Amino acid sequence: MTYLNYIGAYFLMIAEMFRKPTKWSVMKQLILKDVDDLIIGSLGIVAFISFFVGGVVTIQTALNIDNPLIPKYLVGFATRQSVILEFAPTFISIIMAGKVGSFITSSIGTMRVTEQIDALEVMGINSLNYLVFPKFIALLLYPFVISIAMFLGILGGMAACVYGGFSSLDDYIIGIQTDFTPFHITYAFIKTFVFAFILATIPSYHGYFMKGGALEVGKASTTSFVWTSVVIILLNYILTQMLLS
Amino acid sequence: MIEVKNIHKSFDGIEVLKGISTTFDKGKTNLIIGQSGSGKTVFIKCLLGLFDYEEGCISYDGKIFSQLSEDEKRNLRADIGMVFQGSALFDSMTIAENVMFPLKMFTKQSKSEMEDRVDFVLKRVNLIDAHKKMPSEASGGMQKRVAIARAIVNKPMYLFCDEPNSGLDPKTAIIIDNLIREITDEYDITTVINSHDMNSVMEIGEKIVFLKDGLKAWEGSKETIFKTDNKVVTDFVYSSELMKKVRQMYIEEKQ
Repeated sequence: MTYLNYIGAYFLMIAEMFRKPTKWSVMKQLILKDVDDLIIGSLGIVAFISFFVGGVVTIQTALNIDNPLIPKYLVGFATRQSVILEFAPTFISIIMAGKVGSFITSSIGTMRVTEQIDALEVMGINSLNYLVFPKFIALLLYPFVISIAMFLGILGGMAACVYGGFSSLDDYIIGIQTDFTPFHITYAFIKTFVFAFILATIPSYHGYFMKGGALEVGKASTTSFVWTSVVIILLNYILTQMLLS
Repeated sequence: MIEVKNIHKSFDGIEVLKGISTTFDKGKTNLIIGQSGSGKTVFIKCLLGLFDYEEGCISYDGKIFSQLSEDEKRNLRADIGMVFQGSALFDSMTIAENVMFPLKMFTKQSKSEMEDRVDFVLKRVNLIDAHKKMPSEASGGMQKRVAIARAIVNKPMYLFCDEPNSGLDPKTAIIIDNLIREITDEYDITTVINSHDMNSVMEIGEKIVFLKDGLKAWEGSKETIFKTDNKVVTDFVYSSELMKKVRQMYIEEKQ
């Protein structure tokens, strides 16, 4: 019953987020600030992780192909499929749940603890629209982050493959071009948009409705990470079942 | 004037406000006093519409808050200034941006008009050259003054202060008290202050409402609080040795 209450409160929060919009001149600045904090600020870590995990995927694939009848270009093919279908949209989203999600929960939670949200409400401002809506709009640029993750993942795989001596550059490039299905990109971006919505709203919910002091802000950030990850994993399964099977 | 009739408020079945009725007069500094846990903050949050209450009604100059539409509530709130206990300044904004915030949200003033108004109110609260500081760089007293400046920048009709001098040294606390009283007189607004600081009561308590266990136990002014024999009030007000001596001196002077 408690969980149903939470789910109900979450959807009511989303509905409220779109009501009583904040003045556009103010909202524009909030969106730009959130794009900077949530998107631009995440590019470094996403690029670093994508490049090296792409490399690891390639090495592991290459090491597991010990049958001489299997062509070498399959290393590139397997890396591309892993990165585009799963690693970039899902794995990066879990990382973002830790980085961006914790940031959102702790910043909104701190505003709750220090009565800044009450101050907004007293002024007659829809605090949910003011705080959550710009994050939601900023995270509509999340597919841009995932595109970079895809590119760097495949590039990292190429570097590992060629410099590790697992196959030639030509084989790798043939591999990443083999049996390319454009719908896989569509599938990955559909997932990305859904995960962006989750990344903006679940951490906001945990920050906005938290009670207590500084210690509870920390606890709320942890809980928010756990629930954001759980929902991403569940929706990943459901969307894959719906779109690919 | 703010009129409160029979306000009841509960949390998880525990009644925190048990039917409070009172009025807060225009042009006066109205104080709500009482021990910690007496329901002062809940009461002020009910007045501000931050908490819904189960029973009773609150009217602002005849407008019953609960009967207003969302737009009317929003308009009314633009006429309310609030100074929170912890100041509640926005950490991500400078002091000038904090003060300018209500103007940005609710007026169509040009940037220069807003800057002029911010300069004026910051000077009014004796903060000069603090515009570019972040709230974290300001002292507790400065933060309170910024919060007061933010509360009055949009020329409100009602000013609420939740423990405006908590955590401040006695000298700064008196400066803040006097500032609130001067602003109340200057703008002829209805000011409601939550406090348990007896210095504030004696300095600016033009009307005092004493809460105990969610009930209004006494109502009067700083003059009448010396004369009252209400035990609940005297136990609270004269709990310190200093206040006991003050009362004794007052009684001796009268005799």
